[in-house]
Amino acid sequence: MQLNKHANGLLSIYFTAGYPTLDSTVSIAKALEEAGADFLEIGFPYSDPVADGPTIQHSSEEALKNGMTLSVLFEQLQDLRKHVSIPVFLMGYVNPVIRFGVENFCKACKEVGVNGTIIPDLPMYEYEELYQHIFEENGISNIFLVTPQTSEERIRKIDKLSSSFIYLLSSNATTGKNLEVKDQAEAYFKRIKDMDLDNPFIIGFGISNQETFRKATTYANGAIVGTAFVKLLDEADYLAKIPQFIQNLR
Amino acid sequence: MSKYQVDNRGYYGPFGGAYIPEMLFPNVEQLEQQYLEIMNDPSFRAEFDQLLKDYVGRPSPLYHAKRLSERYGATIFLKREDLNHTGAHKINNTIGQILLAERLGKKRIIAETGAGQHGVATATVCALKGLECVVYMGEVDIERQAPNVARMKMMGATVVPATSGSKTLKDATNEALRDWINNPLDTHYIIGSVVGPHPYPDMVARFQSIISAETKIQLLEKTGKETPDIAMACVGGGSNAAGMFYNFVDDDVRLIAVEAAGHGVDSGETAATTVLGKEGVLHGSRSILMQTEDGQVVEPYSISAGLDYPGIGPQHAWLFKSGRGEYVSATDDEAMQAGLRLTQLEGIIPAIESSHALAHLEKMTFKGDEVVVVCLSGRGDKDLDNYMKYFNL
Repeated sequence: MQLNKHANGLLSIYFTAGYPTLDSTVSIAKALEEAGADFLEIGFPYSDPVADGPTIQHSSEEALKNGMTLSVLFEQLQDLRKHVSIPVFLMGYVNPVIRFGVENFCKACKEVGVNGTIIPDLPMYEYEELYQHIFEENGISNIFLVTPQTSEERIRKIDKLSSSFIYLLSSNATTGKNLEVKDQAEAYFKRIKDMDLDNPFIIGFGISNQETFRKATTYANGAIVGTAFVKLLDEADYLAKIPQFIQNLR
Repeated sequence: MSKYQVDNRGYYGPFGGAYIPEMLFPNVEQLEQQYLEIMNDPSFRAEFDQLLKDYVGRPSPLYHAKRLSERYGATIFLKREDLNHTGAHKINNTIGQILLAERLGKKRIIAETGAGQHGVATATVCALKGLECVVYMGEVDIERQAPNVARMKMMGATVVPATSGSKTLKDATNEALRDWINNPLDTHYIIGSVVGPHPYPDMVARFQSIISAETKIQLLEKTGKETPDIAMACVGGGSNAAGMFYNFVDDDVRLIAVEAAGHGVDSGETAATTVLGKEGVLHGSRSILMQTEDGQVVEPYSISAGLDYPGIGPQHAWLFKSGRGEYVSATDDEAMQAGLRLTQLEGIIPAIESSHALAHLEKMTFKGDEVVVVCLSGRGDKDLDNYMKYFNL
């Protein structure tokens, strides 16, 4: 599912399936669409999330305790498309996907109407060698990450392999570190923008408020908020607070 | 090239690879492109060999354990890695990696540790080279292994508690990987076993291969033949076994790896990965992994902190799956008894890890003329508390 290359100011929200309660997944997705989010990333939990900081680690641990698994998630998402029309991506680590079976996983994504996947520890080489054909046969876009250290040659390759958007990390870091909008970061965003890639790019990691959202979307087609939103889910009556949260970011 | 060694894509059969997030790609790629060149450089070799000799105390003896041999009816040699500086085979790898880190221009070293042996071996080489050292260790292990924490601190290392998950080795490894993601430019991660993304399993195995390289020379001297009939070692992640097997995989030698069965493979408290594990990805490589139906990693258990890991290195997964290696297990009780037995028969107190390898001798039958080499990977000083409790000493 290709995002529009000329879109701007897109806001995507990440949250962990099964957190804060096992059944909260679809109601949160629905509330986010109603509040004006442009697309969603639903995390499926893993016991060893090495790319995540403490907040998302905690949400994954709790979700697992609540009983979340990939099978439960796909069951919960059976009626996803009755309630949610914006693009939805699943994000998580590769081991649960391998255990579930990559083909079963892609088929299940297609069946419930998930548009794509973000699997940080499935690198490009392994994806191309082992799994690309399965994703493509099922029309599932796999999203790749780019960091400030990724070479231009590699970014070009990622651009060719991508069919939805490129996930640009604001810095080399785990999730939940605040983006420091320094000249260095801006130079990096600008460098990517000037590469005139075929795919739109969305900035994630460290986007937590209006200032960082605006700075990121000056260069990118959109930005992703994860940790800051997962923190909101700890509050009482969080569903009612979602519209204000989204409004404050814009 | 042996089909049991890593191929040019970083795989051992279907196992291995580099399943890492993009944030780690530049670091791992740099290592992958340079490790062989650096390791083959004459100045590296010279410094590595000299430190192993004068600082570690190599070659480690190959000891003919006569009373043990008598008990089992075979000719049993012990490869005495327990006599190395810092008390285990771990230092072979940390010496190699610190020299590599220097040549890569890295200023800061991170490591994970379970019982603390690899942490101590890393803190030691950092003190030797004057490099900053940060060791991640599970909060639970920090409490259990106070003397090793003190040793690391004395050597100037910072010991950071891993407070996520079960707060043990697996979680310490996660924290070290997170540190590396956040410090991509100046930091080298010294992984302590033959696990992690390619090229770590191969690199660590090469540094540990000194164990079997020396064994060949010593066996030739003692028996007139450079190969044994059987080579044995314990396996957690599998670094001492990888070193013991490295130069024998293409020879006519039985390779026996002994995993920790904990309270028994069916007890729910075990680290017998090849019995209970399924194919999966953890800490950057595809291997065999103890996990739930949903692909969540299961917490292992063993009385020996060094074998308390839910996976095995990808080369071991391949030796197991291809049938080249024999993977067996020993329980806590069997290992403890074997440790006491060696102490009383030979006057050597082994690490509880190594005791697992010794325990399997009890289950074997010999014709009488076999030559067996057991890797005695570490000494038991660190385990005295455990031995005292277990035997009410």
